[in-house]
Amino acid sequence: MSNDKSKQGGDRFPLTRWSVIGAARSSNPAERDRAMDTLCAAYWKPVYKYVRLRWNRPTEDAQDMTQGFFVQVIERRLLDKFDPAKSRLRTYLRLCVDSFVMNEEKAAKRQKRGGNVLHVALDFAGAEEELGGGAMDPAAIPSPESLEDFFEKEWVRGLFELAVEDLRKYCEANERERTFRLFEEYDLSGDETISYQKLAAEYGIPVTDVTNALAWARREFRRGALERLGDVCGSEEEFQREARSVFGWGAR
Amino acid sequence: MKSLSDKVIERLRAGAEEPDLTGTRYRLLERVARGGMGVVYAAEDEKLERRVALKVLDVPGTDGDLANRLMREARVLARLEHPGIVPVHDVGTLADGRVFYTMKFVEGQRLDKFIEGVESVQDRLRLFLRICEAVAFAHARGVLHRDLKPANIMVGPFGEVLVMDWGLAKILRGEQPGVPLAADPEATILERAKQPGEASDSTKSSVITGHGTVMGTPGYMSPEQARGEVEVLDARSDIFSLGALLRFMLTQKTPGFTPRLDRSLEAIGRKATAERPASRYPAVQELGQDVSRYLDGLSVEAHPESIFEKLTRFYRRYRFFILLILAYLVMRVILLLVLKR
Ligand SMILES: Nc1ncnc2c1ncn2[C@@H]1O[C@H](COP(=O)(O)OP(=O)(O)OP(=O)(O)O)[C@@H](O)[C@H]1O
Repeated sequence: MSNDKSKQGGDRFPLTRWSVIGAARSSNPAERDRAMDTLCAAYWKPVYKYVRLRWNRPTEDAQDMTQGFFVQVIERRLLDKFDPAKSRLRTYLRLCVDSFVMNEEKAAKRQKRGGNVLHVALDFAGAEEELGGGAMDPAAIPSPESLEDFFEKEWVRGLFELAVEDLRKYCEANERERTFRLFEEYDLSGDETISYQKLAAEYGIPVTDVTNALAWARREFRRGALERLGDVCGSEEEFQREARSVFGWGAR
Repeated sequence: MKSLSDKVIERLRAGAEEPDLTGTRYRLLERVARGGMGVVYAAEDEKLERRVALKVLDVPGTDGDLANRLMREARVLARLEHPGIVPVHDVGTLADGRVFYTMKFVEGQRLDKFIEGVESVQDRLRLFLRICEAVAFAHARGVLHRDLKPANIMVGPFGEVLVMDWGLAKILRGEQPGVPLAADPEATILERAKQPGEASDSTKSSVITGHGTVMGTPGYMSPEQARGEVEVLDARSDIFSLGALLRFMLTQKTPGFTPRLDRSLEAIGRKATAERPASRYPAVQELGQDVSRYLDGLSVEAHPESIFEKLTRFYRRYRFFILLILAYLVMRVILLLVLKR
């Protein structure tokens, strides 16, 4: 991930961008690690939720499997077999999860996963909370047709969460905490009653400042989300396609 | 990390759609509509202090298929300076990396809406002729529209017609008006992503051929275009669409208008939409001329008339004089009879 967030957008999307697919196949172990971290950050949550719902696994099992899955992706070099021309990375990974879980079932007795291969902190408790916590509602288990949708939705959620987090960190590092707080209150709270006027009064600033701050924050959010997305796309075409589907663009 | 609800995700999506106009001369006014390629906004050109329409792609990047298509559309518009074709002002890339172009903001209604208020066949035909003029002009400049349909035609407050949406247009080399345009195999025709799954996010009304080329709209698309015969398309393919458009304009029922297609108009429509291009009008002008002849009460090329039809048309055209003469004759006879007594 580039740290230089001040660059303008125009040149931020070069034709050949760093891509997780290429990096995962790299012979350089550091490059491969980085690829796995990126992939894991973007996908662990949808994978976890998917295992919980689709395979109806109890929390502990699902946690184990999520970690186990990413370890296997690395060890078995599953990304080497991925062909962007044939399917989306998302679909490919989901199918990999399916076969992973089925094989685990066959192997019945699992050994404990060893080593500290994953560098990304997986907040399972948080993911569990998002699933509604507690007992699983059978009605919530997605039907096979909607599995892809479910997985996609959760993946978008994960991606947006990462982008919001990026934005928060960036604002903190650049003395724009107030901007982020405005963004949080207006765009992230889900509060329908909030207005620019209210925010202006609350912070004692002109409404135009609120307008500008929010416009800036949305642009930065968009930029961050697209950047995160670009990292896990294998080609320019895939990026274009994924961006349209992640943001719901192109659907009239 | 805070979890985001579905509602918040929708809000973020909506916020992320807005184009970043910083550094441009434009100020965002409002979102007009989403089209097949991106979104159209109303914006203010702050230098010229006028309202413009700004069409912008969703995804950043100047090399994608959509970016190429948008640029091509802008260039096609630039080539076609005509009162019946929306003028383009400016093209470029925004700070957020998205390709855009601006054009005249068209106040008005889509043809399918506007037509509801047009109650006479004559007025509808005159409207149609203006569409023909714009298309004929494009053909003379070597451009095929390839997606003519009611939704792509706007009618302004003064009845001015604007042919929109040249995103599917094909540039041909030939420039002689009146001659069927020869297809240019080297012309950069619409290059769309040849991706599986592309169908789902392209325009809902368009058809994707086996080669992955998006083309036209069923019902308005010529058979050769529907078959994906991109190389052979010429002016007569647009003529087919114009014929379908003519039918639409004349058969669209509205409270003040009952469709009444007489044989001549029916024949014009049939000729324009003939299955084989060779059976259609060879050029838009000729289609237009036939419609004009009909408006003038003359016989149309598309329909050889029987004696009876000739007489009926003759009667309709000269009804006033014929009635005048008849009245005169009747008076003479009455006078004669009266005076004879
Ligand atoms: N110059 C303009 N002035 C005013 N409104 C416009 C202008 N251009 C487009 N629009 C509006 O924006 C809408 C979308 O236009 P656009 O050309 O992007 O998409 P479309 O007509 O759906 O074409 P397609 O999907 O085939 O590319 C149109 O239906 C029209 O209402």
